Amino acid sequence: MENVQPLLEIRGLHKHFGSVEVLKGVDLTLRRGEVVSIIGSSGSGKTTLLRCVNLLEEFQDGDIVLDGETIGYSIVNGRRHRLRDRELSRQRSMTGMVFQSFNLFPHLTAAGNVMLGLRKVRRFGKEEARSIAERWLSRVGLASRSDHYPSQLSGGQQQRVAIARALAMDPKLVLLDEVTSALDPELVQEVLNTVKGIADDGATLLIVTHEMRFARDVSHRVVFMDQGQVVEDAPPAEIFGNSRSQRLAEFLRNTRT
Amino acid sequence: MGYTLQFGAIWASFDKLMSGLAIGLGLAIAAVAIGTCFGLLAAFASVGLSRIGRMIVTCYVMVIRNLPLLVLVLLVYFALPQAGIRLDKYESFIGALALYSGAYLTEVFRAGLTAVPKGVVEAARAIGLTRIQTNVFVTAPIMLRNALPSLGNTFIGMFKDSSIAAAIAIPELTFQARKINVDTFRVVETWIVASGLYIAACFAIASLLRRLERRFPKF
Ligand SMILES: Nc1ncnc2c1ncn2[C@@H]1O[C@H](COP(=O)(O)OP(=O)(O)OP(=O)(O)O)[C@@H](O)[C@H]1O
Ligand SMILES: [Mg+2]
Repeated sequence: MENVQPLLEIRGLHKHFGSVEVLKGVDLTLRRGEVVSIIGSSGSGKTTLLRCVNLLEEFQDGDIVLDGETIGYSIVNGRRHRLRDRELSRQRSMTGMVFQSFNLFPHLTAAGNVMLGLRKVRRFGKEEARSIAERWLSRVGLASRSDHYPSQLSGGQQQRVAIARALAMDPKLVLLDEVTSALDPELVQEVLNTVKGIADDGATLLIVTHEMRFARDVSHRVVFMDQGQVVEDAPPAEIFGNSRSQRLAEFLRNTRT
Repeated sequence: MGYTLQFGAIWASFDKLMSGLAIGLGLAIAAVAIGTCFGLLAAFASVGLSRIGRMIVTCYVMVIRNLPLLVLVLLVYFALPQAGIRLDKYESFIGALALYSGAYLTEVFRAGLTAVPKGVVEAARAIGLTRIQTNVFVTAPIMLRNALPSLGNTFIGMFKDSSIAAAIAIPELTFQARKINVDTFRVVETWIVASGLYIAACFAIASLLRRLERRFPKF
């Protein structure tokens, strides 16, 4: 019966900043273990969508259901209420987020970055947190760097620490927002390989990316967003094959050059 | 005609000056320690969600910054007993200096807070830290490192301002120097020695702080 209920279900998501409507009724479903990439031109709302799922942004209408739990809001007497901070924090800890700009804690070592959430959110003891952190750092190829501070690491290494930090929390779902966009070209591949590795391990991933070849290789499905809406949602072979919508064809033509 | 400097009588009371110096340092340490707590609370409140909190901080900083320290010290010293709060002169002075340094540290910490990258705070929230946990384990340490140089300067300033405690007869360095003046009439010598002690102490504090800054490298 497990396959009946999706892990993540976004229904009719509406989000506006002031009078600007950024998400105009987005629907998206992920099953457990599925890897879905979101592509789309700049400003189409990809980052905003991920930030809503991780409850870093409020949204005005629609539901996000994660593993059977409606997150972010409760309905009392027909009115939506944003949940309290403690509750939001608990729900956030169920999803991991990897940012374009790494956002490591600069005052903590690589191991310290991974351990903070394990200690304060998951309430592991120090020894156990450290051993989980070491395990994840070696998983991303940084066993020898665990006592380095972020400023002592390359961009690619920092991003791999950020991936370890997100995955060590054992999230149900990991959101990745253009995780290679801020990297020098020669560092892109090591990070993409790391993401590919965790995808092969069966993690559920929602990936925003401009790396089309990567999206094609790693994803079960590719979603094309345009102007705050999902325009296409199909297996990569279909998306990158004979593109159906004109908007997608145009987007792909522009990114390939 | 020249004034002949004679330090002999001063050296005889040098231990009094040194104990005065120690008291001044003690007052400054206690006041800045408490003032740091005020400053931290006020700085977080000033960027916090509560509108009343932000208003209280604005008033606090505005009032204190527009009040001469001597006046604040006398006000606390004479007014609190009328309000039924009994403090000895040390407690009263430390309280006044803590209030005073707290207002300046609020500004220091607020500047440090705005320099904490927003994305780093979001990363902390994203792994599920609550707002308070994020402040304690992420924002505050980064902000304190940003603020360390200004914190040191404020401490040196407060140490110098501890001379104002002489006004309520706390036997710190300035008070002792005045007493030696009365006893020996070697006024110039006394103030030369007292100045030398202030300068030497500030210099020593500054170099200690520089070492501390090096212990915690910039990110
Ligand atoms: N905090 C904000 N306040 C106001 N408008 C915002 C804010 N964040 C995003 N927007 C607007 O929302 C729209 C979607 O932005 P978003 O960052 O989600 O796009 P994106 O698809 O991630 O683009 P990119 O590929 O450039 O990262 C843009 O028009 C942007 O200007
Ligand atoms: Mg984006």
